[in-house]
Amino acid sequence: MAKRVGIEVSLAIAEAAKLARADVVAAYPITPQTHIVEHLAKLVADGEMDTQYIPVESEHSAMSACLGASAAGARTFTATAGQGLELMHEVMYVASSMQLPVVMTVVNRALSAPLSVWGDHSDVMAVRDTGWIQIFAENGQETVDNVLCAFRIGEDRRVLLPVMIHLDGFYLSHVIEPVLFPEQSQVDKFIPPYQHPMPLHPDRPVTMGAFGPPIIYAETKKAQEVNLEASKEVILQCWDEFGKTFKRYYSPVESYHSEKAKVLLLTMGSFGETAMTAIDKMRGEGREVGLIRLRLWRPFPFKEIRQAVKNAEALIVLDRALSFGGPGGPVCSEIKAALYGEDKKPKVIGFVGGLGGRDITPAGFEEIINRGIEISQKGSENEFEIFGVRE
Amino acid sequence: MTSKNRLIEIRWHGRGGQGAVTSAELVAQAAISEGKYAQAFPSFGPERRGAPVLAFVRISSQEPIRIRAEIAQPDIVVVLDPRLLSIVNVLSGLKENGIVVINTRKSLEDTEAQFKTKCKLAKVDATSIAREILGIPITNTTMIGALVRATGVVDLESLVEPLNRRFGRLAERNINAMRKAYEETQVKEWGSDQARG
Repeated sequence: MAKRVGIEVSLAIAEAAKLARADVVAAYPITPQTHIVEHLAKLVADGEMDTQYIPVESEHSAMSACLGASAAGARTFTATAGQGLELMHEVMYVASSMQLPVVMTVVNRALSAPLSVWGDHSDVMAVRDTGWIQIFAENGQETVDNVLCAFRIGEDRRVLLPVMIHLDGFYLSHVIEPVLFPEQSQVDKFIPPYQHPMPLHPDRPVTMGAFGPPIIYAETKKAQEVNLEASKEVILQCWDEFGKTFKRYYSPVESYHSEKAKVLLLTMGSFGETAMTAIDKMRGEGREVGLIRLRLWRPFPFKEIRQAVKNAEALIVLDRALSFGGPGGPVCSEIKAALYGEDKKPKVIGFVGGLGGRDITPAGFEEIINRGIEISQKGSENEFEIFGVRE
Repeated sequence: MTSKNRLIEIRWHGRGGQGAVTSAELVAQAAISEGKYAQAFPSFGPERRGAPVLAFVRISSQEPIRIRAEIAQPDIVVVLDPRLLSIVNVLSGLKENGIVVINTRKSLEDTEAQFKTKCKLAKVDATSIAREILGIPITNTTMIGALVRATGVVDLESLVEPLNRRFGRLAERNINAMRKAYEETQVKEWGSDQARG
């Protein structure tokens, strides 16, 4: 029987890593780190988790230690946030290109300066191109479920890629809410043991991360791209199997009253829940509005996005990060790119909001939708608007 | 607090170190153990010991809670430290016919005179109870007793397990303080259209 408990989402993630029987956790414990690794350290120290916990001197070292552990064939987990993710940056590319299926939860936070530990997606967008599978969660349950899925997906022989599970800083990480935990036996059945095909071993020497001169580099990158694209099939299979086992279902793109809606809002992460409340209210008033939530950020679900929005007249995209000097929000640019070649497509209107922990209330989402509709009808000189900013 | 389906929003006012966040967590855990949906979270900031802080709880009996933002218009306000009244507007955004649960030594009448709005008022001398039972003037668990008495948002017994888990060997004293506050809390309706809601 699954157990329903009221728990801080960060602690629930640590419990999920325990249920997944992570062999190695390497982490740096200082701000902007969260209770995730604090609780893992406690579980290991209390003997509740049979795991090698490696405290390191920086996030750069945390990811480096994870590479070594994963290369040696250990199921490897870590967590970070904000500036910590940025310090990991260069090592993250190595994890994906050496096909090391590290699982990492990222508590999404703003970046300095000014100093901010509050939530937005600035940190995520800076690691967009690191070659990791990236999945967004909207609440604590989805985070726990997808941490379990992440091990199964990443470690699948057809994939062997690192996976990031993103959850909004504070909006999820610091909230106590109900979470259903599956039985250990169910999780053991759901996540098969990790067996890297060629792990580092003194008796069977292998070379990892060798020189890639011009004659081979492009081929390795093509192979990496093909592999990441192909992982989508395995992700879909995993979510399907998860749904059958645990009765909770996940898709790359999820819809909420979107089928006949003329106007769609698109969000990524926990703000989708608040947006649903706004959509409910507006629909109650007879407005034809719906919501699209982007769950799978990498590999980007082109087909599913095109399918989900094709009948709408306007698509309003909310980004929680800013590409300075660029086209506005990174999610909006990717959506526009995905739809550019389509004959039948909605007008795409970009908003940036919720920066650095600024709340967007249900009333705020109503404002965004109404302003988006206005722009879709009258046009605008701006590529995008920052919602709620004082000028 | 009559409608069973309704989302109930509680805002806690305390000072850094007084355990407002812990109280919010415990109440949410109690509600979840009753099969309800609940959320608890702190106001997010660089909290310092002694500085005014906020914590929030949402409880919904039947529907999952789909809102992720601070509570600006609470149904219930809990005040852990009466001296906050001169620094913070604890009534900010309080819904009409909302409930204020306050720790104060003052009489109900004197406390009532401080508030000029249509709210139900509950008061208890939590500091004295905490000093007597816990030996320290930390009123967070004590004030949970007052909250439950004034609002019935959760069953008092639902809090026993979360408190045991949280406080271990200190749990019993905290539970006793909570129970004593529950007994001693005085509640008064206020305003002209108190029958509404």
